Amino acid sequence: MSTTQPYVSVRNLKQHFPITRGVIISRKVGAVRAVDDISFDIPAGETLGLVGESGCGKSTTGRSILRLYEPTAGTVMIGNTDITTLSPEALREKRSEMQMIFQDSYSSLNPRHSVAKIVAEPLVIRGERDQGKLRRRVEELLDLVGLEPDHMKRFPHEFSGGQRQRIGIARALALNPKFVVCDEPISALDVAIQAQVVNLLVRLQKDLGLTYLFIAHDLSMVRHISHRIAVMYLGRIMELATYDELFRNPLHPYTQSLMSAVPIPEPKVEKSRTRLLLEGDVPSPSRPPRGCVFSTRCPFATDRCRQEIPQPRELTSGHFIACHNVDDPEVSPRINESRIAIVQSLEDASTGGPDRTFAMATGAAAPGAAAPGES
Amino acid sequence: MNSNVNSNKNDKPILEVRDLHVRFDTVDGVIYAVNGVSFDLYPGETLGVVGESGSGKSVTMMSLLRLIPEPPGRIVSGTARFRSREDDLDLLQLNMRQRAKIRGNRIGFIFQDPMSSLNPLITIGEQIKESLERHTKWRGPEARQRVVELLEHVGIPDPDARYGNYPHQFSGGMRQRVMIAIAIACDPDIIIADEPTTALDVTVQAQIVDLTRRLSEELGIAVIWISHDLGVVAGIAERVMVMYGGTVVETGVVDDLYAHPRHPYTVGLLGALPKLHENVPELVNISGTPPSLFAAPSRCPFEPRCPWAFKTCRERRPALESVQRDGHFSACWYDMEKDKPREVRR
Repeated sequence: MSTTQPYVSVRNLKQHFPITRGVIISRKVGAVRAVDDISFDIPAGETLGLVGESGCGKSTTGRSILRLYEPTAGTVMIGNTDITTLSPEALREKRSEMQMIFQDSYSSLNPRHSVAKIVAEPLVIRGERDQGKLRRRVEELLDLVGLEPDHMKRFPHEFSGGQRQRIGIARALALNPKFVVCDEPISALDVAIQAQVVNLLVRLQKDLGLTYLFIAHDLSMVRHISHRIAVMYLGRIMELATYDELFRNPLHPYTQSLMSAVPIPEPKVEKSRTRLLLEGDVPSPSRPPRGCVFSTRCPFATDRCRQEIPQPRELTSGHFIACHNVDDPEVSPRINESRIAIVQSLEDASTGGPDRTFAMATGAAAPGAAAPGES
Repeated sequence: MNSNVNSNKNDKPILEVRDLHVRFDTVDGVIYAVNGVSFDLYPGETLGVVGESGSGKSVTMMSLLRLIPEPPGRIVSGTARFRSREDDLDLLQLNMRQRAKIRGNRIGFIFQDPMSSLNPLITIGEQIKESLERHTKWRGPEARQRVVELLEHVGIPDPDARYGNYPHQFSGGMRQRVMIAIAIACDPDIIIADEPTTALDVTVQAQIVDLTRRLSEELGIAVIWISHDLGVVAGIAERVMVMYGGTVVETGVVDDLYAHPRHPYTVGLLGALPKLHENVPELVNISGTPPSLFAAPSRCPFEPRCPWAFKTCRERRPALESVQRDGHFSACWYDMEKDKPREVRR
């Protein structure tokens, strides 16, 4: 899958939740197939972006990989250890290497604990009792995420959303993890603050050599942080590729519709662009459609799609796709036509852009702010 | 605002808001939520209102029909002239009965969270009919027929059967369609949509934006679309108003404002957005945090975060002034067009 040794390697992971009926004698009447047979690798020091709409199983995937749920089937290798078979003691030992950043910074920080206590808690659980050491480590961590040392004594409600997310990041980093699952860490934040947090996560990855699984429902931010992107729909991975490949060459109809739905801040393009608008809603994961899970909404679906589940295959090097029709002589020309139109309107959007940037004010060629016409 | 910032210059604005001030009295002190907001809305146009949480964008619009809780809310001053075929009145001077005649009738609302705006114990159809029977002459089977038409109009499949469904039987996107059906039921002049797609997935969001745009064009309804997402606003609005710290910092025609932002906050906001098709090493940070609203603004609210800020910005609050582009106004002491501080008349 990749030339470098993957740090995280997931194979045929399934996470089904039983639906039970009956109070005294509980019996299983069905299952919610939240995650159904997914496989991917994440090379060390890289980020895999996991994208999909609500209910597609992306957060469940993140949790199953850390064994916060007991996976129904499959293996999860994290740094040469299969964590699905670890004993509880060994798993606890392993947990310091793998951490999580949560979406909701209100409910993931204890409102009765000071920042110092929140950030130091992982260390305390690991048996650190030396107050001086704890204090120094907390200061170090707060500095790392761009907070002030005197924020230590404050409580979560005294911080803004972006700052609270920084506290969550500091806590996740306390035990020097190698792998961090970021579960929609920016979804609840304002745009300007989202950029701050994404920049921070990118910098931390470079400095500390972290491996990320970055979960999001928004393709545009994911693109910025991820090396490779996996698109999920109803518990399955539809397409996986490097971001450049995915944005130049979105082959799966679902990826195309997602990409064409992301709003672009370019009025002319946004009002006239080609979209692959989907009809209806995502089916229930307790009764997924037979065959391809996307077949009920796919504008290109054929009889084969409604019968047979498409297995992910590597179409070109590193580009995985689960679709019968991408190389079907009948249907693929239409899919290709739609792909060209969608990519074209995205490219149109990248030529424009505002004629003033912050870089112009500071004079310095601030990274990422090179404006057209500016030397 | 000192000029006619309009897209269709022949029309008179349907809504003229002038110098609106709204405060909230809390145990921690007075919150200056809206500080002198003025704007016009023209018949049939879509005005995008952009700003981060706490910028006063929702409070401004909710205040117009007194939908903010009073107390702690308090409309300190301002006027809101509503001018339609039948009416010409100041919304802020109405008594309760007069307001009830406007609300949901001449001015419809769509809120962010359709689940908490719909009554879970009443069927979808009855909820739409309620609005019809309150404000129009439709009654009984005729009203029911009209509701089914409305449901069909907003793209709900099998509307006749769906009439008797409860809100929980609808998905998020479908519920928002029902909210839109309620909003357009009485053929209003204005719809105020307060972040109607924020809670929805992008593919559903695209459907709702599409629907709203189509309805606004077909029925000639003016729409105020409140959002924090500049991308969504780009797709639906004709004019945009950017808010920060309870004030309007920039307003203009959408194409012009996005291509030539003239207020530093708008510049930063547009720069902070990642582009789908561009690879930049780092996104632009607007460093710092939004302003505290616990004091009356005496200077530019964006000054602490602004890379262009200079002495005057710390001393006096800038008013909206034309930036020498048609219908484009910015409240900034720095003249970006000339790239030097604006000349200040004392």
